[in-house]
Parts: sequence; C-alpha cells; structure tokens
Amino acid sequence: MSRRALWSLVLAVALVLLAIRAFTGPGMGRSYVSDQQMGFVQSADGVWEAAPDGVTPTISWTAELSVPPRVFYAANAKDPKQTTVHLSLSRTLGLWAAAFFTLAILSFLYADNPCYKVAEAAVVGVSAAYWGIVGVWDVLVPKLGGALLPLYTKAHFLPSLTDVTGNWWMLVPLALGLMLLCRLVPKVASVSLLPLAFVIGTTAGLKFISFTEGDLLAQSAATMKPLYVERLGVDGALDLAMTVGASLKQTLLFVGVICALAYFYFSVEHKGVVGRAARVGIWYLMITFGAGFGFTVMGRIALLAARFEFMLDDWLWLIDPSGKRVVALTAGAGEVLGQFAQIHSVSVW
Amino acid sequence: MSLLERLDIIDRRWIFLLMALAVSIPIIVSGMTGKTFPESATPTTQTAFDTIESLPAGSKVLLAFDFDPASAGELQPMAIAFTRHVASRDFDMYFATLWAPAPPLIIETIKSVIVAGHPHMVYGVDYVNLGFQAGNESVLKVISTDFKQSFTVDARGTPVTSIPMMADIKSTEDFDLIINLSAGYPGCKEWVQYIVSPTLSGDHGTELKLVAGVTGVQAPQMVPYWPRQLKGMLAAIKGAAEYEALVNASLMEANPGLIISPVFNEAQRRMAPQLFGHLLMVSLIILGNVIHFSRKRAGGTAVKALRSTP
Amino acid sequence: MTRQIALIITFVSGFAMVASAFFKPVEHWGEDVAEWFNVLAAIAFVLGAANLAKVHLEKISSRSPGWGYSGLTIFFFTFTFAVGLMKLGVHPMDKFPAVAMSGEKDAEGSAFWWMYAFVMSPLTSTMFALLAFFVASAAFRAFRAKNVEAALLLGTAFIVLLGRTFAGVVLTGWLPESLSFLRLENLASLILEVFNSAGNRAIIIGIALGVAAQSLKIMLGLDRSYLGASN
Repeated sequence: MSRRALWSLVLAVALVLLAIRAFTGPGMGRSYVSDQQMGFVQSADGVWEAAPDGVTPTISWTAELSVPPRVFYAANAKDPKQTTVHLSLSRTLGLWAAAFFTLAILSFLYADNPCYKVAEAAVVGVSAAYWGIVGVWDVLVPKLGGALLPLYTKAHFLPSLTDVTGNWWMLVPLALGLMLLCRLVPKVASVSLLPLAFVIGTTAGLKFISFTEGDLLAQSAATMKPLYVERLGVDGALDLAMTVGASLKQTLLFVGVICALAYFYFSVEHKGVVGRAARVGIWYLMITFGAGFGFTVMGRIALLAARFEFMLDDWLWLIDPSGKRVVALTAGAGEVLGQFAQIHSVSVW
Repeated sequence: MSLLERLDIIDRRWIFLLMALAVSIPIIVSGMTGKTFPESATPTTQTAFDTIESLPAGSKVLLAFDFDPASAGELQPMAIAFTRHVASRDFDMYFATLWAPAPPLIIETIKSVIVAGHPHMVYGVDYVNLGFQAGNESVLKVISTDFKQSFTVDARGTPVTSIPMMADIKSTEDFDLIINLSAGYPGCKEWVQYIVSPTLSGDHGTELKLVAGVTGVQAPQMVPYWPRQLKGMLAAIKGAAEYEALVNASLMEANPGLIISPVFNEAQRRMAPQLFGHLLMVSLIILGNVIHFSRKRAGGTAVKALRSTP
Repeated sequence: MTRQIALIITFVSGFAMVASAFFKPVEHWGEDVAEWFNVLAAIAFVLGAANLAKVHLEKISSRSPGWGYSGLTIFFFTFTFAVGLMKLGVHPMDKFPAVAMSGEKDAEGSAFWWMYAFVMSPLTSTMFALLAFFVASAAFRAFRAKNVEAALLLGTAFIVLLGRTFAGVVLTGWLPESLSFLRLENLASLILEVFNSAGNRAIIIGIALGVAAQSLKIMLGLDRSYLGASN
C-alpha cells in the first residue's frame, strides 16, 4: 500500500469515527446559548428604559448568551419543551471551524500542505482587519470623532458622550495620520516622513527617560547594596545560617552583574583581571540563557496543552475537566447541578 | 546500522509525535480523574499573594491584561486567579489593556469570575472595564499623570467622567495596586519603567505597587525587577498553578465547607502535561548527547585506528 | 526641505517628552504629545491593514505564485473588516436602544466576535503552540554539552525543567531539611533569583545605556538613519 493510500485510509477512518461520535449519544462539538429577551420603551422625558411586564416594547431583540452544555441538559431535564436554552448553529459551526483551523496549523508538522496555507491566509487577513477595526472603534471614533465631530459622534456612535465642546488640537494627530496614509501613494510618500519623525522623536524622548530611570538607575541601585545581609530568627536573635545564605546570595548577585558587565565592555581588551571577570561573566550569562531556555520550553508546552485541552474537551468531548457537561454524565442530579450550572456559566470558547 | 545511528537520523516527525503523546495523554488522564499535583509557592509567587493580602479594605486595583489569545494558555489561568483573589477581598477592580486582542479576554474573565461568582457587584461601582487604548508606552506616559486623558470612555463607550468609581482616579498613583498580565511588549517591563519606577524616588508620596503574571519567555527577564520594582511575580504556568493553589486554600480557610469548582483548577491541572513534556525534553537532550558523544568516540577510535595503520 | 522639517519635529516632540519629566509646569506637554501619538498609533493600525490589502491585491493582479492564497487573505480581511465596521450582529447599548451603532464592536454573538473567537483565537494560539514541537526537535539535534559554557547552559535548563514540575519533588524530595537547598525546586529558584537575575540585570543595564545614548543621538539629529537615504 502506498503512503498516500495509507494516509487516505487513516483520514477516512478518522472522519467516520468523528461522524459517529458527532451524531450519536451526547454527541460532540456542540455549542449552546440561552436566549435573553430585551425590550425597551421610551418614557415621557425621552429616556429609554426596560419595558415592564405586559407592556409591548417599542424596540426589542433577543440576545444569545453562550452557556455550557450542562445548562442545556439541566433546562431540558426540568422542561423538555423549553426553547430558552438551545443549540446555536452559528457557534457550533464556529467551534468546528476552530477545530479545523487548529488541525490545519498542526498539519504543518507533517508537511506543508494546502490546509495549512488556508489557515495561514486566514490568520493574516483576520488579524490585520481585527487591529484596524479596534483602532477605528476604540480610538479613532471616541478620540478623533469625539473631539472633532462631537455632536455627530454622540448621535450615531457614542450616545453617552457628555462633553460635546470639541478639541481642535486633535487636528494635529489627524493631519499627521493623513500624512502617514500618504505612504500608500508613491507620488506623495515622502510626506509620511513627517509623522514618522514625530513617532521617532516621541519614542526617543519617552525611552530616554524611562530606560535611564527605570532600568539604568533603579537596577544599578538594586545591585549596589551591602553584601552582608543580616537575618534574624523568630526569637529576634541573629540567624547565622540564614545570614550566611542571604549574604552569599547578595555577593553572588553583585559579582555576577559586575562580571557580566565586564564581558559586555569591549573598550578594553579581555585580558588579565578583566579577562577573568569576563570569563565568569560568560558563565553567568550561560546560566541565564539556560534558565531562559527552560522557561521558554515551559511556556510553549503550556500553550500546546491549552490547545490539546480545547480539542479534547470543547470539541471532542472526550474529557470534561471543568464540568461543562457534568449533568449529562450524572443523570438525575437535577437541582444541585442546575444551580452549579448557573453559577459557573462560562462560555465555551 | 546501530540503534544510535538510526536514532541520529530519525525523522523529526517521530519526535513531534512523542511530544504530542507526552502532552495529550496526561491531559486525558488528569481530565478524567480530576487529580492534580500538590503545589508549594515559590518566593516570587508568595510575595505576589502576600502583596494583595496586605491591602486594606476598599483598595483600588488596576488589572492590566496585556496579552492575546496566543498566550492565553499561560496567562488566562493567572487572570482568573488574580481576579478571584481581588474580588474575594471586595476591592474595586479596574480592567484595562494595551493589547488590541485582549478586550474579549477581559470580558471572559469578568463573566466567569465576577458575574458568575460575585453577582452582587455592580458595574461602574465595584468594577469597570476600560477596554483598550492604542499607543503602547505612550499611553502609560499619559495615565501616569492624567488617567482620564487617555481612557476617555470605557469599553461600552460610556465616558469615564460619568462612571462613579472613576471619580477618585486622577492618575495611576491613585491605585493601591496594579496587576499586570504580560505576554511581551508592551507589558510588565513598560509598567515597571513608566508607572512604578518614577514613584520609587519618594517625590511622589507612596511607592506604587506592581504585581505581575508573565509568560515563560518573559519570566527570567523580569526577575531582576523583583522584589523592588515588582512586588511579586507569577512565572509561567507553574506560577499560575502555585497562585491558584494559594487562592483556593485561602478561600477555603475563610469559608469552611466551600467546594472549589474545577473551573478554578485549570493551571494546576496543566502541570500534568507540563511534567511529561519536560521529562520528554530532558530525555531528548540526554539522548541527543549520548548519540553525539558515542559517535564522536567511535569516530575518534576509527581515526586513531586509521592513523595507526601503516 | 521635508528632511529638515522632519528633524525639527523629531527634536521638538522628543524634548517635549523629556522636559515634561523634569518640569512640572510643562507636564501637560508630554501628555498632549503622547496623546497625539496614541491617535497616530491607531491610524497606523488602519495603515497596516490597508498596506496588507495593497500587497495582496498586487499579488493577485500579477498572478504571482500563491496568488490564490492572497485571494483568501483578502477575503478574510475584507469580511472581518466589513462586519467589524458595520457592527454586524451587535445590539445597541441597553441605555440607548435607539442608537443602532452604540453597542460594543465585539459583543458576544456578533460577526466580528465570531471571527475573533473561532478563527483568530485558535489560529494564533495554535501557531504559538507549534513551537513546542520544534523546540523539542531542535533540542534533540543541536543541544550538545560540547564545552563548559554549553554544559552550564544545559545543566541549568535541566534544573529549571525538572525543578519547576513535580519531578523535582519526586527526585530530590527525600533530601533532609539541612540539605533542602539542594532540592531541585530550591535550586531552580536560586538559579532564577541569583544567577539569572545577575545575568539579566547586566543585560538590562547594557541595553539601558544603549537606548539612552541612541535616543539622545536621534533627538539631537546626530542619527538620521530613520529618514532613509539622503536625496
């Protein structure tokens, strides 16, 4: 059997198993929502408020809040005809899309393939649009719109805006921003040097102060401390072992900083005392990089575990560590679990 | 071909498979049994916990979520644990972020901790979501002297001037504690540089306290700031697990009979795949070295044999 | 001429920030300039998005290799941008139900939220997680204790990897209290707080010196590399 045929067979078997699991028993990869009816009426003084019971609202809609499957099971156990908590087709589809994209990225481990490339195209497109939209709604509308077109902004986007006097100084960043967009037009691209100069100048000014104050001075001060560190025991007397330990730590720290700095100091040749100090400095730096490596591995494995947990828990429903579907597993536990479900109504993703 | 030689040229996809198994099998086992390893707090975690415990009632805490979904696997359990701790002490909570993809993570945390566990808390009075501000450290520069100039509206578009709990906030110095969850730039380092360090000179009255939860990549780089500029730090998922255990223990001590929901054991649960992932890494490095040195020795012997041949 | 103006802008904006840190009466200079910077940063997000669209559209029009994937990128970009801009599926704020666009852009259930939760979030987190596999493979192939320095790096990594999990407790938990400092979890803490702290502190101090000097050079116009080649 060729390798291609073998992989096709494996994939087909996996798909069949997936289909069986998805459409039999409690299923898998389903997302549920709870409907919340929202209705509003306008009072005599023009203020909108929630419509009281029995009053037909002027404006109404249904909000859907994600709930874990156990809430659906509990609601159905109480009233099998209820429709308030129900399956959400769009979010179920979303869950499967998330699983597909996860697998598509992981498929790169085997070899580069079209699925991975599709996922790559999706992440680039969605991320760029996400950042752009966040910039528009979180900054440009409230800050530029609120300052330069306050009444329009209040009427259409930020109805709770109280200060509608405007701030014409915001024309400065607007002008700089427009110049920045000139980058897209080759003929006038050189104009974008001006906002770039503003960004570089501001950043330089900011960093000059912060790195000097927060890093250079504060870190030097944290190093230049007495090497003898006194430690007292619970009885108030000198604890010799603790004192020796703390003093040794402080000495090692001090020596380490000086030696590592000696290694970075290239204005003198690394010979004699400086050379020996630099050599010790390298050892310190190697230990530092070793710790960095260890923690990096830790971080990456944690992220991988989170992804696997999503696949095994949220999508495949093979495990349920946080009790999202606990009602399904313990039928008849009704009331208590229903309360538990309400208290911990976290969304699926 | 000897076994070591075969291992030396092994297809890397076998290593990938081993890593996948080392991480997924413990997830399945711990997911089914619900068992976790006992955790004892390291000094950086303990000082983070103690700093929050030492705050008086009514303290104002700014929670800065500077991370995105890519690092949520490490930082979201910390965010949940920090928020639980702060909410259980009835402190005023101010959520904000300098990372554009973070606002949904803030909403998720508020939903799972405050809305679900502390329904008596009122938005705008006990907690507020100030959302995202663009500009990185430049935002920090502004809020260090005039908070409302940068955060003009909250995440819902309500002007901060009409939010009751914002009335006393003029600058970051009005907070009793800042908790930062940091996945890189801008993050913990910038909060240390722009917000905390200027208050250390004593010219600004009291020193501002900063506690952070950082990713594994960042943790070693942030340690030099501890304990002076950074009062406490949760380092990677291990720090999250330690902190989770501390918070759970303190809540159970304060409320005898309280049953902790498994939702709040996420980081502790993750220490199982972590253990086996680390063991695999160590084994792979050792095996790689054994192969290298045995081949070197064999090569050396062969060369010697070649040289001694007339 | 543009370059001269650019140099003046750099100088003025930079020293406005510096002056605001030293002189209380002009503190608001720093705030104002920083606030303009923040707005400009948001416009830069839009520029970035537009630039991405431009690059991929060019790729499509020139039918360069992989242009189909560029088409997909444009599709995902346009769809996300459009639904975000229109706030598709976002309900108005409870207090202002008559203002259709008053709701949060990423409210749960909206199309923009869907793209974030089910596309962007799993994709970015899996991409980061992927590195666990490559780190493992690279460590197997390249992490060799060839000399003292490499051995130190490797030994430290072992202690941190084992000491930060339950393996540390299993392997060295039996050590008596008097030798507790040799337990792997304590050794890992010692490495982090002393040796790693010293190494990283030296790096921090070195970088701080470099950044301060470079910032001064930029503000004073001694470093003009950011302006590109002189025309």
